[in-house]
Amino acid sequence: MKALKCRECGREYPLEATHVCEFDFGPLEVAYDYARIKKSLTREAIASRPRSMWRYRELLPVAKDPTVGLQVGFTPLVKADRLAAQLGIRELWIKNDAVNYPTLSFKDRVVSVALSRAKELGFTTVACASTGNLANSVAAQAAAAGLKAYVFIPSDLEQGKIINSLVYGANVIGIKGHYDEVNRLCAEIAGKFGWAFVNVNMRPYYAEGSKSMAYEIIEQLGWRIPRHTIVPMASGSLLTKIQKGYQEFVKLGLVTESKYSIHGAQATGCSPISVAQKAGLDFFKPVKPDTVAKSLAIGTPADGFYALKAMKETAAHADDITDDEIRDAIKLLAETEGIFAETAGGVTVGVAKKLIAAGKIPHDSSAVICVTGNGLKTLDAVTGHVGQPREIKPSLREFEALLSAETVAA
Amino acid sequence: MAKIIRIPTPLRKLTNNEELVEVTAATIGDAIKELQARFPGIEERLVDEKGEVRRFVNVYVNEEDIRFLQNRATPLKDGDEISIIPAIAGG
Repeated sequence: MKALKCRECGREYPLEATHVCEFDFGPLEVAYDYARIKKSLTREAIASRPRSMWRYRELLPVAKDPTVGLQVGFTPLVKADRLAAQLGIRELWIKNDAVNYPTLSFKDRVVSVALSRAKELGFTTVACASTGNLANSVAAQAAAAGLKAYVFIPSDLEQGKIINSLVYGANVIGIKGHYDEVNRLCAEIAGKFGWAFVNVNMRPYYAEGSKSMAYEIIEQLGWRIPRHTIVPMASGSLLTKIQKGYQEFVKLGLVTESKYSIHGAQATGCSPISVAQKAGLDFFKPVKPDTVAKSLAIGTPADGFYALKAMKETAAHADDITDDEIRDAIKLLAETEGIFAETAGGVTVGVAKKLIAAGKIPHDSSAVICVTGNGLKTLDAVTGHVGQPREIKPSLREFEALLSAETVAA
Repeated sequence: MAKIIRIPTPLRKLTNNEELVEVTAATIGDAIKELQARFPGIEERLVDEKGEVRRFVNVYVNEEDIRFLQNRATPLKDGDEISIIPAIAGG
């Protein structure tokens, strides 16, 4: 790390817990010394390191060795032939962060970085504004690191996501409002209490953790950049960081540059970025979210502007799907690949399907779908949509009767 | 009673570290002008050359984003609380 740098005007700031340029309110980003990194970060060096996101540690913003979440990342990249056949594409992969460690979502990546950096900066209390997954990861990793945690969530979240924060002993604050209201409150709190708010004052470090997903995709594909990548969009941050990850590996000579597109997926009930992209705009209009995909329900996306820019630069598309299409896509992924994704995963698979059907992702190409969270946390969303077990007495006769009834029905 | 504006940390250097500033303006646009009159330089941080609120600044009146109200023309009444918050947070 060299400094924090404003993405808008380029002004530099010291590597502290601060996230906004004092002059134009632009986001601060970590600047690196790539010439120096190039000397130590080779394919061979990476291959010799532990199978976690920290194998790319030169590109992650910590000053010393990481101290929180050493086992995070390096999730499976699954060749999804059965789903590919259903969607009508030649080659398809699932980057499966539904099994990330320790809390089953891609947020484990960003939190591992944010808390490692927070400890370096001397913080003892960490906090976040979250739609659920982030709260789970902050709660768990803070517990493991011996840090005090405050997590702020909309009070109407799925039960699974609430329990998954409470169990670690975190202070869970439910806000009567949607995420954007939680976020606004947290922006005000962050200035007051001297805590490390992972996605407010620690955001420059935190957001960089998402790049590790891009590095892993390239390495796991045998050191190549996928032609198409489909990413869910809430704040839009992940999409921009996947692009940055691909760009950095090219810059460092770790992968040959090739044409790639990074497409964005949203739920129709909260689609400010997708709507703007489809209309050819470079700005978005905030919305009030109403979707079953609560983890993506951000109506005022902080990185919406940059996500639109990244899609434009990579000649990519965005699209959005309805709640019913989300549930259908969750089932499709589960039935073809044995992967149970949360609602955001349904959004990404469903939008991939739509983009392929529309020819925006050609049938003869290859694609990676990023699944960012686990279906066990959003059971509420699919309950009643996946059928019921059929009950019988423990009797062979009854089972045979059930089977023959099914054969007749079929 | 006046209207109260909460000044975000990055702008407090301009307001002599005042966190809460009272104004009498009748709209958001006028409130920004009133701030500028008292704290020269603050306007250009909040609005661009065309006079629109900057891309990375969110303004709220009583917790509602002014983009859901009438943007700069949003009327203010006595007792209203206005928050100016950097847009880059969360997610």
